[in-house]
Amino acid sequence: MDYGFTTAAYVVAAVLFILSLGGLSGQESAKRAVWYGIAGMALAIAATLYGPGAGNWLISLAMIVVGGAIGWVVAQRVQMTEMPQLVAAMHSLVGLAAVFIGFNTHIELVRVAGMDEAARALLDGFAAVVAHKSGVEITILRVETFLGIFIGAVTFTGSVIAYGKLAGKVDGKAKKLPGGHLLNAAAAVVSLVMLVVYLQSGSSLAMIAMTLAALFIGYHLIMGIGGADMPVVVSMLNSYSGWAAAAIGFSLSNDLLIVVGALVGSSGAILSYIMCKAMNRSFISVILGGFGGTTGPAMEVTGEQIAIDTEGVAAALNDADSIIIIPGYGMAVAQAQQSVSELTRKLRAKGKTVRFAIHPVAGRLPGHMNVLLAEAKVPYDIVLEMDEINDDFPSTDVAIVIGSNDIVNPAAQEDPNSPIAGMPVLECWKAKQVFVSKRGQGTGYSGIENPLFYKENTRMFYGDAKKSLDALLPLID
Amino acid sequence: MKIGALTEVFPGENRVAMTPDSAVQLVKLGHGCLVQSGAGAKAGFSDAAYAAVGVEVVKTAKDVIAAADVIVKVRGPDAKELDKLADGQTLISFFWPAQNAELLEAAAKKNLTVVAMDMVPRISRAQKMDALSSMANIAGYRAVIEAGSNFGRFFTGQVTAAGKVPPAKVLVVGAGVAGLAAVGTATSLGAIVYAFDVRPEVAEQIESMGANFVFLDFAEAQTDGAATGGYAAPSSPEFREAQLKKFRELAPDMDIVITTALIPGRPAPKLWTEDMVRMMKPGSVIVDLAAERGGNCDLTVPDDKIVTDNGVTIVGYTDFPSRMAAQASTLYSTNIRHMLTDLTPKKDGVILHNMEDDVIRGATVAHVGAVTYPPPPPKIAAIAAQKPKEKPKELTPVERRAQEVAAFKAQTRSQVGMLVIGGGLMLLAGLYAPASFMSHFIVFVLSVFIGFSVIWNVSHSLHTPLMAVTNAISSIIILGALMQIGSGNWLVVILAALAVFMAGINIFGGFMVTRRMLAMFQKS
Repeated sequence: MDYGFTTAAYVVAAVLFILSLGGLSGQESAKRAVWYGIAGMALAIAATLYGPGAGNWLISLAMIVVGGAIGWVVAQRVQMTEMPQLVAAMHSLVGLAAVFIGFNTHIELVRVAGMDEAARALLDGFAAVVAHKSGVEITILRVETFLGIFIGAVTFTGSVIAYGKLAGKVDGKAKKLPGGHLLNAAAAVVSLVMLVVYLQSGSSLAMIAMTLAALFIGYHLIMGIGGADMPVVVSMLNSYSGWAAAAIGFSLSNDLLIVVGALVGSSGAILSYIMCKAMNRSFISVILGGFGGTTGPAMEVTGEQIAIDTEGVAAALNDADSIIIIPGYGMAVAQAQQSVSELTRKLRAKGKTVRFAIHPVAGRLPGHMNVLLAEAKVPYDIVLEMDEINDDFPSTDVAIVIGSNDIVNPAAQEDPNSPIAGMPVLECWKAKQVFVSKRGQGTGYSGIENPLFYKENTRMFYGDAKKSLDALLPLID
Repeated sequence: MKIGALTEVFPGENRVAMTPDSAVQLVKLGHGCLVQSGAGAKAGFSDAAYAAVGVEVVKTAKDVIAAADVIVKVRGPDAKELDKLADGQTLISFFWPAQNAELLEAAAKKNLTVVAMDMVPRISRAQKMDALSSMANIAGYRAVIEAGSNFGRFFTGQVTAAGKVPPAKVLVVGAGVAGLAAVGTATSLGAIVYAFDVRPEVAEQIESMGANFVFLDFAEAQTDGAATGGYAAPSSPEFREAQLKKFRELAPDMDIVITTALIPGRPAPKLWTEDMVRMMKPGSVIVDLAAERGGNCDLTVPDDKIVTDNGVTIVGYTDFPSRMAAQASTLYSTNIRHMLTDLTPKKDGVILHNMEDDVIRGATVAHVGAVTYPPPPPKIAAIAAQKPKEKPKELTPVERRAQEVAAFKAQTRSQVGMLVIGGGLMLLAGLYAPASFMSHFIVFVLSVFIGFSVIWNVSHSLHTPLMAVTNAISSIIILGALMQIGSGNWLVVILAALAVFMAGINIFGGFMVTRRMLAMFQKS
């Protein structure tokens, strides 16, 4: 009876999870969607605790409560600008949990294999499931467990490094150990050899060696990817954590784990695809790190960067009718979203059209800018995507670029030799006037010159984004 | 070095090459300044105003020439004036070397260094010293004002208790700096403005100023202005005919015509013929900004205003900037000041005439006894050449249909191919794997499909919440740990407990963060 009940509960939970993801198609339905997700999770846990195989209720509940409390507090305290780090850190937890569960399966396997028929009959829970498996099924179980641990371990170290890079604790530049991708390939080969060894002997040593190799791959792979590619990395790790869950689901014969793992895995994969497309780069070239090789010398940038002071910007804004603001990672770094919002409010109160143009890879996380602007209470119906707004620049009086660089680089369209050639960019230079709020004359994350700063209708508004905007606010009347 | 400004000797010239404001800036460069008494009077700058900022005011031109190393002027010198200059002096002014070859020879013979403000190359770096542009800007503005004062009606249309007033229709021919300034001024006064230019790429600029670009239906590709440094090039006779035909169409409707068409180094093209003037309504005004070079209109009399038999006023003044002397002097003296800034790279009052510099080389027409005109072409192209935009070919319905069918077929092929390969692999796996595995595998494959179709619909702005929520639900892995935690092996229990603990953090943290984020999204 109870097995049937658990399965029924799983079916309901799976439907709830699908609805939860589907609900994210709109801002309003998304609020409901989260509740579906929460309900699904609660149902799944309750059914599992009630169903076959569970035991040690007290420990389970205590762990959930303690972990939950920590998660709750962290989620309450985290700044919206720190969102990328938090997401990366949480991925690492899923990865590590998958490794632990995989090892458990392995331990149970060894334990059950050492028992005689009488002892096997007495087993209950997961061990009993294992005990009833035939020879072929055991082999498959070993492959699944192996995969689960491998993906989990890669996710774990990868996410830790991604967290470090996003939090600024590890240098964001792409770095590789001597040997580069050969090392990764070698580690992958080692893992494959260990798989064969493990299938033959079931030795714990092979399992541990593979885990170490996988941990190394995760570390080295992400170390080799630069900060500008982080949106892809984070969604890729998201995808991995899903596949790890699915692999574990196979090894435990748990359909709900498989369903949810597959959902999360494909979701992450699609996100990575969207991000890559937004940068006009192939997934492979992102993973291999660094920007692709150039085919010739980059076009020489001529002219000079002309600076402008606060009064000049204020005068232009007071005169303008339509304004488009293009935020980037620099806005997040300077925590300037509140000032941007205040500026928007003031300008809109004067009857001007103010809109935001968001490039798909602005920031360090898919949709990063949307979240920051939402935090600062910028209404979401004036925040537009690149494709929606790119045609409107020619009829715009003023475009303000706040802390973005590569995503507004005209070289992507004009210079076929540019490393970012062909990447879709926001064509802000077509506006009548462009102000670029920027800390100094440095280059963007990709390290390439931006001809936008030298254009005749561009004025550089040097200084920390937040301070410059705060100085600007009282002058808008 | 001492910089000296002379009083203009040309009759009717009111401008001055140095203002008190620019003198202050020149002093900051380490130069000393002097000015001939009364030089700024007609532009509204008294001797006292100069003296107040420390400029030495001297009586005569002779005194200025004797004391100064660099002479700044507005108009180019005439032969008499040039003769008075001292050997080795530097002269900065308009010069028009192409038209004044003899004068240039004389200047070189006198060992003068002549920097011609009209020869500043048109590159972005040199914009701040582009006196032609700043003067043209004024001319364009003044042309509209001049037209308005000779025009008996409002610019803007009005409906009043005393009757309806139609808006004035203004045609601007030639959309260079002056033309665009005229367009801007006329638009802001409320007129309906049409503008024409032979360079098709300026259509965008014209429209951006609020005027209608007069579109000429002519097949021949026009030379891109970028090839000639942003200036117009002479057009073919056929093109000219098409152009005149268009103007004849427009002429009866236009109240004000402002012509600004100039081609560098040639007399102004005749674009507004006598018959067009005849077609215009009485009271209409033509302002010919090209009068100095012969005029764009057949009937223009340079330096004069005439009224034709049919009551059309034709303004042929050649001194528009001078008519706004205060404004023109301010801008021109700033152009001069920027030129001197470039000539004084160390800001120590020592002039370094760097002939390697594109801008300085281009503007210098005589240097150390030799004529240095014409300059070599600048190293940097003035304006990036526009790539010809290829228009997407319009497809006929038949072609489009064929294309759709082909795309459909290709899609079918690739889909069927994928299905065959995928299905084959699946069957292969099924031959070896036990049934228990396959039943889970079905679930897995279907879930991936559902995931793909659901996630495509997620809106872009919700990608971060999506990551947070998938992160939270990927901690479904807790189920695995919960199933193992009841094991008899203590190591398994500990590892499982840890896994439950971590997944717990994730579940609560993930959902909590997602809710926080979503709560922030609000409509305006």
